[in-house]
Amino acid sequence: MNPIEHLNKIFDSRIRIGIMSALIVNEHLNFNDLKSLIDVTDGNLATHLKTLEENKYIKVQKGFIGRKTNTLYSITEKGSKAFRAHLAALEKIIKGLN
Amino acid sequence: MQTHDKQSSLETLREIHTIMDRSARFISLSGWSGVWAGAAALAGAAVAYGWITEGAGYTATNYQPYVWLALGVLAVALVGGYFFTARKAKADGRPMWNNATRQLVLQMAIPLAAGGLFSLVFLAKNDVEYVAPACLVFYGLALINGSKYTLSDIKYLGVLQVFLGATNLLMPGWGLYFWATGFGGLHILYGIFMWNKYDNRRTEE
Repeated sequence: MNPIEHLNKIFDSRIRIGIMSALIVNEHLNFNDLKSLIDVTDGNLATHLKTLEENKYIKVQKGFIGRKTNTLYSITEKGSKAFRAHLAALEKIIKGLN
Repeated sequence: MQTHDKQSSLETLREIHTIMDRSARFISLSGWSGVWAGAAALAGAAVAYGWITEGAGYTATNYQPYVWLALGVLAVALVGGYFFTARKAKADGRPMWNNATRQLVLQMAIPLAAGGLFSLVFLAKNDVEYVAPACLVFYGLALINGSKYTLSDIKYLGVLQVFLGATNLLMPGWGLYFWATGFGGLHILYGIFMWNKYDNRRTEE
């Protein structure tokens, strides 16, 4: 079986990979945390977050700090599983072609 | 047509690793912060030693100046520590205040608050000789607790502080020496070690 077939199309984007990497090791992060970790514009980050949310890979919680909105993002069980599978496939490719 | 060859897979994995690390740990802690805090502690201990040898000593009734001195040392150490670490974060192009820093502050604040409470109660009950051990033990526990969110080396500093504090319990009356060794000596040694391991190497690159 070709490990490349196990790669998840949704994780083709560097930005989506970045979002998932950060969320898999943190309980939750807000928009600015993510923005400072991944070199990306606001609009671009929002689009990719939307895609991940639509695929149910991440959860979005709207909250407030004082009057300012504070939106928290966290990874779902499904997202965590999919990302781990993607990582395993990447590792297989590296080993397979050695 | 294969977009995912070995090379690009390696690069992707490397990037994933970098983001995981950067998001979960605050790694801009500067070695100079440790040296600065240690120097402030030694200066404070020297002043206290001067007061004691002048014959004032510390007793149940006149410990207040020592408390103010200790709080002054803490303030100087924190301001300097913040300065060097903020400078390093800026040089690295990393934010000072992110999820990892919030966790670090919170995880350290809990043992520190408990330690502060113990120290206040010991002072109030005139058990002055237990103040230095309590400071050292709780500060060490705070470092161990916070080490999950920053350079993990600080947990060894934490273990040493707990060990010093516990030893001090068995040698009451030597509090000032233990305090100076823990907050002064260990911080300076650790700052130099950390500077060599992280800051120095970074400049060479």
